[in-house]
Amino acid sequence: MREPSADRQPFGLMAEFCAPEQLVHAVRRSREAGYRSLDAYSPYPLEEMPQALGMNGNAVPWLCLAGGVLGAATGYGLQLFTNDAYPIATGGRPLFAWQPFMLITFELMVLFAVGFTIAGMLVLNHLPRLHHPVFAVTDFHRASADRFFLAIFCNDPRFEITQTAAFLQSLEPLRVEAIQSTEEPE
Amino acid sequence: MSETASDTRITAEITRIPLHYPHMRNWWLLFGFSLVLLGCFFVAAGALFLNGVGMWGNNIPVNWGLAISNYVWFLGIGHAGTLISALLLITNARWRNSLNRFAEAMTLFAVVCAGLYPILHLGRPWLFYWMAPYPNTMTLYPQFKSPLSWDFFAVLTYLTVSLLFWYIGIVPDLASVRDRAKTRRAQVLYGLAALGWRGSARHWARWQQAYRLTAAIAVPLVVSVHSEISLLFAAGPIPGWTSTVFPPYFVMGAAFSGFAVVLMIAVTLRHALSLRDIVTERHLDLLARFLLTTGLMTAYGYVYEVFDALYGGQKQDLATLHDRFTGLYAYSYWGAVIFNFVPLQLLWFRGIRARPAVLFLIATSVVVGMWYERYMLLMTALYRDYLVSSWGEYHASLWEWLLFAGMIGVFLAPFLLFVRFLPVISAFEVKEALRETGDLSHA
Repeated sequence: MREPSADRQPFGLMAEFCAPEQLVHAVRRSREAGYRSLDAYSPYPLEEMPQALGMNGNAVPWLCLAGGVLGAATGYGLQLFTNDAYPIATGGRPLFAWQPFMLITFELMVLFAVGFTIAGMLVLNHLPRLHHPVFAVTDFHRASADRFFLAIFCNDPRFEITQTAAFLQSLEPLRVEAIQSTEEPE
Repeated sequence: MSETASDTRITAEITRIPLHYPHMRNWWLLFGFSLVLLGCFFVAAGALFLNGVGMWGNNIPVNWGLAISNYVWFLGIGHAGTLISALLLITNARWRNSLNRFAEAMTLFAVVCAGLYPILHLGRPWLFYWMAPYPNTMTLYPQFKSPLSWDFFAVLTYLTVSLLFWYIGIVPDLASVRDRAKTRRAQVLYGLAALGWRGSARHWARWQQAYRLTAAIAVPLVVSVHSEISLLFAAGPIPGWTSTVFPPYFVMGAAFSGFAVVLMIAVTLRHALSLRDIVTERHLDLLARFLLTTGLMTAYGYVYEVFDALYGGQKQDLATLHDRFTGLYAYSYWGAVIFNFVPLQLLWFRGIRARPAVLFLIATSVVVGMWYERYMLLMTALYRDYLVSSWGEYHASLWEWLLFAGMIGVFLAPFLLFVRFLPVISAFEVKEALRETGDLSHA
């Protein structure tokens, strides 16, 4: 799903709920009604949500695997290459000693896997993004404490401001509000 | 957790700490004390940079001394933070949520202390970057078969992974503090640190994947790092360092000392920040059980080590064993045995596990005992080598003790800043866990 660019007016519609179950229900209903460009906001992860939103991406685990493989190859390759290019023959040790090489191979595998996982998560989430139109919605500061929000964005093919607002009202939220596009902060 | 816990209240209780810190006077007293210690660090390290390691008491044959035994000790303490956080996350032990944040912070600062020690011990600390493999004009690369090089990669990886794991774990709570901040400055600073987190379900899904994967990788990382530390010893042909029990013995000892520090911090924060609803008696009880369990596992290492020397029957190993019991550094052996395992036995009793002050004292005893253990493992083995010509004594100089005091400051000062300015408990994970058990109410 792509969010609309921040200058579209209005950016979307937001409904506020006071319990996580209501939000999950609302997301399921919106999907059934055919809305696809939508997002939910909650203070903590809701287990049912990825399925309710129809998300089944596994990009992060794949990135983790890729990082691990690349890290292990880097670690082992680095030790092979340097021992070949700059041999230090001391203590009767063989030049290519695979047993001690495993230590650094393992450490670099972990380092790359975690680095790829976390960097990948941030990039896929388009974070950091310090400013976003949803922050201007009334009460949205409670999305990090005790309130639950559903947004339907204006780039959804079925989005029509009055009809969508009426649909959201039918889900019995605390309130429905238009998300105003906001200018970038000065 | 009381039954009326609402998500509003949990957020308020946790975010009030960075925004309106209670008991500022006590905090300043402690912070002032830690700054004095930090000053000791700069004096001791500065003197070391000017004069070299000749200021310390270590010399052939005991050329490791306090620096390396403290390195092992600090790194071991750090491991418990990762274990609590990562191991209990992937095993779905929800009670971790009240403890993981400050345990991870403890890891971070303990690893910083640990990492500084081998660098300061290098002789020419300003050339520490020579341990990194980078293209250079010396036509020389690090010796990858050397423990020093393993150290570099292990500590670097562990520090980076601990930092990333802690940071992505704290981002949602930083967003929560940002949304509650009243002053412009706090809004901007917490806002920058929170990376613009807005709690989007799409973000949460990827965040959860990343968080769990990192946790799953961090557990074997802990085992590998402290096993690697034990190989530092085992890679040297020194009597008393060659037992095959070393890697698990070190890992268990690490978890043991670290759980002790987590328990000390939990008792202190719970009291100082009035977090009795969140860090409950049940948490202290579980931590005490963990402490007892890892302690008994560590005790097994002691028994096995003696058995190994007796069963192997090598003359030098037996001599080292004898030196441990009665030699010059026998006090460190018996100190370790007594401080580690004697007060620990009190934890068998439920009544004791319910008394925070007693738990604090037992944990302190374990921390001291584990310090003795690391010291004992180095000294008793190094001061008597195979040949009489390589026998020698080691006595730490005042500069080494000053540096040790300073390192406590390096740990305490940033930790106190963390307690003052960041959410010390993971508010969103506490709420998530309560929701799953059905104990969360909504305003």
